[in-house]
Amino acid sequence: MLIHHPILGPRDAQEFVYLGDASLIDRPDGMTAGVDAFHDYLYNRTNPAGEHQELWYHEQGDRSWLVVTRNTVTHEITKVELARDVARARGRTK
Amino acid sequence: MRYSGFRVIAEALTGHKGWKPVWRDPDPQPDYDYIIIGGGGHGLATAYYLAKEFGQARIAVLEKGYLGGGNVGRNTTIIRSNYLLDGNEPFYEFSLKLWEGLEQDFNYNAMVSQRGIINLIHTDAQRDAATRRGNAMIMHGADARLLTRDEVRQMYPWLNFDNARFPIKGALMQPRGGTVRHDAVAWGYARGADQRGVDLIQNCEVTGMRIENGRILGVETTRGYIGAKKVGVAVAGSSSRVMAHAGMRLPIESHVLQAFVSEGLKPLIDGVMTFGAGHFYVSQSDKGGLVFGGDIDGYNSYAQRGNLPVIEDVAEGGMALMPAIGPVRLLRSWGGIMDMSMDGSPIIDKTHIEGLYFNGGWCYGGFKATPASGWCFAHLLANDRSHETAKAYRFDRFLKGLMIDEKGQGAQPNLH
Repeated sequence: MLIHHPILGPRDAQEFVYLGDASLIDRPDGMTAGVDAFHDYLYNRTNPAGEHQELWYHEQGDRSWLVVTRNTVTHEITKVELARDVARARGRTK
Repeated sequence: MRYSGFRVIAEALTGHKGWKPVWRDPDPQPDYDYIIIGGGGHGLATAYYLAKEFGQARIAVLEKGYLGGGNVGRNTTIIRSNYLLDGNEPFYEFSLKLWEGLEQDFNYNAMVSQRGIINLIHTDAQRDAATRRGNAMIMHGADARLLTRDEVRQMYPWLNFDNARFPIKGALMQPRGGTVRHDAVAWGYARGADQRGVDLIQNCEVTGMRIENGRILGVETTRGYIGAKKVGVAVAGSSSRVMAHAGMRLPIESHVLQAFVSEGLKPLIDGVMTFGAGHFYVSQSDKGGLVFGGDIDGYNSYAQRGNLPVIEDVAEGGMALMPAIGPVRLLRSWGGIMDMSMDGSPIIDKTHIEGLYFNGGWCYGGFKATPASGWCFAHLLANDRSHETAKAYRFDRFLKGLMIDEKGQGAQPNLH
């Protein structure tokens, strides 16, 4: 698989480490969220067959975190964004 | 029809005209007491034991494709019970004991071959870990032996014992481990279940679940609505897709695991062997092909096919361990979809919906678990409580901090 890095261009997926569903960006607030919300965040996954937004870390490259939109049935990648941009768009400060 | 040596001889003398189809192909009834979703190894074993051991009737198995067409036909056929943790080892040892009596029990030749499995040791730390694991196995009634380097050399003199980075220092052996003809397991359970009146319904995909007031009433399928008092889901690989019909999200990711078989060779490996330094394991089929595999590809996938980097990685592991296989050609590679759970261990449990039960999260260890998984799931369906050996396989273990994490990796499915 090739991942089209927004800054570096096409890179071999072997250069990356895979973390999982990009919903991991949306960590609940530890001061207000309850145990159930944290349990759901940490352990449960939607795990769709089809389009999936996921976190890849460019470990053997520029060490950026990316949000890759990829189809889990065909492995086709349709969108690659910097995770930082995605997190900020969702209201995170960093 | 019972199978026996006399039967084979009688049929040989009469032109093999007496063999009949091994199971019926019934249309679904309007309702059942039990519906098992998934006609693979685990689902068929569940139906078989539900009818045979737990005396239940009016059972249907619903299969989207054909019987045994999923992971039970795509694995590398290894059976073993060499686990460390209390939550796992009694269950897998129960499974291995069921394997040992399986062919007589369901009167079908599954080619259960206890040819022994060895896990190679390359460092002192690995020897300590293997010793501890072997002791844990023995304490749970399983068998284990620690082999010296010379004992391993006697078995396989052509291994690369003096690899500069990962010399072979010994091995942990389970002599009762081995291999089984995987398709025959599905066929044997299917035949046994059918003989006890279970309806095996193929080409019947579940497209929805009818749930009212927190209770399941039945399932919508491509062959119409089918009612049921209890529904058991055993569709590992596609668990998240099926349980989404009940509005549930699971502690599971689906990943692709590749496996490989080489061209046929003369007898080379008479047991099962795992490389302790890379992720590589190998056995030799009765047809002579080396059957081997390694790690999952590592990203969510439902594609049933993997990518080249893992093939390269597995081949490197094989070459590091067995330089002699260099000229051997690869015959086939394929992929299967694994339910990778958050702690690397399975789930056999009730759900919060009354009458809906779940069996999945088998990671890449589902095949060896087939008999015990079926037995324990049937026990849960019939008695509404967990079997003694499967008590730890609960949904709420993640909430309660009771994970069964053999590798100690944490909530990171692609690392288990």
